[in-house]
Amino acid sequence: MNINLTLIVQMLVFIVLIWFTMKFVWPMILGPMEERSRKIAAGLEAAEKGKQELAQANERAEVVLREARERAAHIIDQAQHRANDMVEEAKGAATAEGARLLASAKEQIGLEAAHARDSLRRDVAQIAVSAASKILQREIDPRTHSDLIDQLAAQI
Amino acid sequence: MAAEEPSSANEYILHHLTFLSNKEPKGIVDFSVIHLDTVFFSSVLALLFGGAFYFAARTANAGVPGKFQNFVELLVEFVDTQVKDSFHGTNKLLAPLALTIFCWVFLFNAMDILPVDLLPALAHGAGVEHLKVVPSTDLNTTFAMSLTVFVLIIYYSIKVKGLGGFLAELTMQPFTTKNPVVKILLIPVNLLLEIVPFLARPISLSLRLYGNLFAGEMIFLLLAALTLHGASQLSSAGGWALLVAQFALAFLWAVFHLLVITLQAFIFMVLTIVYLSMAQEHH
Repeated sequence: MNINLTLIVQMLVFIVLIWFTMKFVWPMILGPMEERSRKIAAGLEAAEKGKQELAQANERAEVVLREARERAAHIIDQAQHRANDMVEEAKGAATAEGARLLASAKEQIGLEAAHARDSLRRDVAQIAVSAASKILQREIDPRTHSDLIDQLAAQI
Repeated sequence: MAAEEPSSANEYILHHLTFLSNKEPKGIVDFSVIHLDTVFFSSVLALLFGGAFYFAARTANAGVPGKFQNFVELLVEFVDTQVKDSFHGTNKLLAPLALTIFCWVFLFNAMDILPVDLLPALAHGAGVEHLKVVPSTDLNTTFAMSLTVFVLIIYYSIKVKGLGGFLAELTMQPFTTKNPVVKILLIPVNLLLEIVPFLARPISLSLRLYGNLFAGEMIFLLLAALTLHGASQLSSAGGWALLVAQFALAFLWAVFHLLVITLQAFIFMVLTIVYLSMAQEHH
């Protein structure tokens, strides 16, 4: 073991290696590392902000949803009212129509009855006339006459 | 050195502790000698570290990171945290320096996990006699790093506090007084008290790493030396016992060593950060 030229050579190698590391290695590795940590910090911050925005958006959505629900309930309510009204209206119309139909039927019946009465009256007259002609065709026979009259009376 | 198989454990270990150098060193300090294996492996590992991290840096982006980018960013963030924990100023050099030290030293040390004979045997096949694959078991490497750090400590001390401030720090404390004459008299005492720990920093920094890794390698070599005799080992029950013991102990030591190599790389890095932040902070 002795001290020799190796010492000087090793010093030179060492110095060159330090210079190389200082110049070409250290900054090129540390720079991106620092940049990455900055990026990560920015990313975390953005995520935090995004979370807050999401919460706000959720709140807003909640409000909008509630409003929409209220409006929908209102609309349904209105529609029900409307439907009830319509049913009532239809019921009213139907009752009126029924009454009208009833009235017209009654009128018709009245008319028919009057008609029937008229024709009956005509028949009676005719019968009376035919009876009279029959009576007139025969000789006046009181007994027969009274019988006929009774017959007539029964017929009427 | 002889090219034949080492016959004894002693020779085997000595063989493994010899660097591949251009010539035999004369004395403790000889600047005409160079350890080719240390320079080669540390350069390869430097290229590996530089290349891998340069690739990661080129493809890095702020989007979703891939697996490799994740790994690199893990390391970078780990080092960055360590630096920010102990240094509160701004310094463009300190963090990259810490990252370089941690990764480079870790890679040095990780070479220790490779089987001790694997690369030397391959090199032997290629005609290379000696090969030490762990650069941090070479005192030159650890000293080169700690001296560079030491120079940076002095540079930043003077840059931040001025030459006067730096010298005052070495001479005007720990003993302080208002009396100017006593102050001057205290200078040598303070200097002695301050200069020793100051100079001890690079030495302890390099010796700690060297010592730990050298010892780790030595344990591996000793375990490897249990079975040096090839097939003849398997002719006796004792030989088989040694083989099993070698496997079990080497496995345990490797697992433990994983902790050591990481820890040593970490300690080197943290101490460098601490020293350099101390250099740049006023007391």
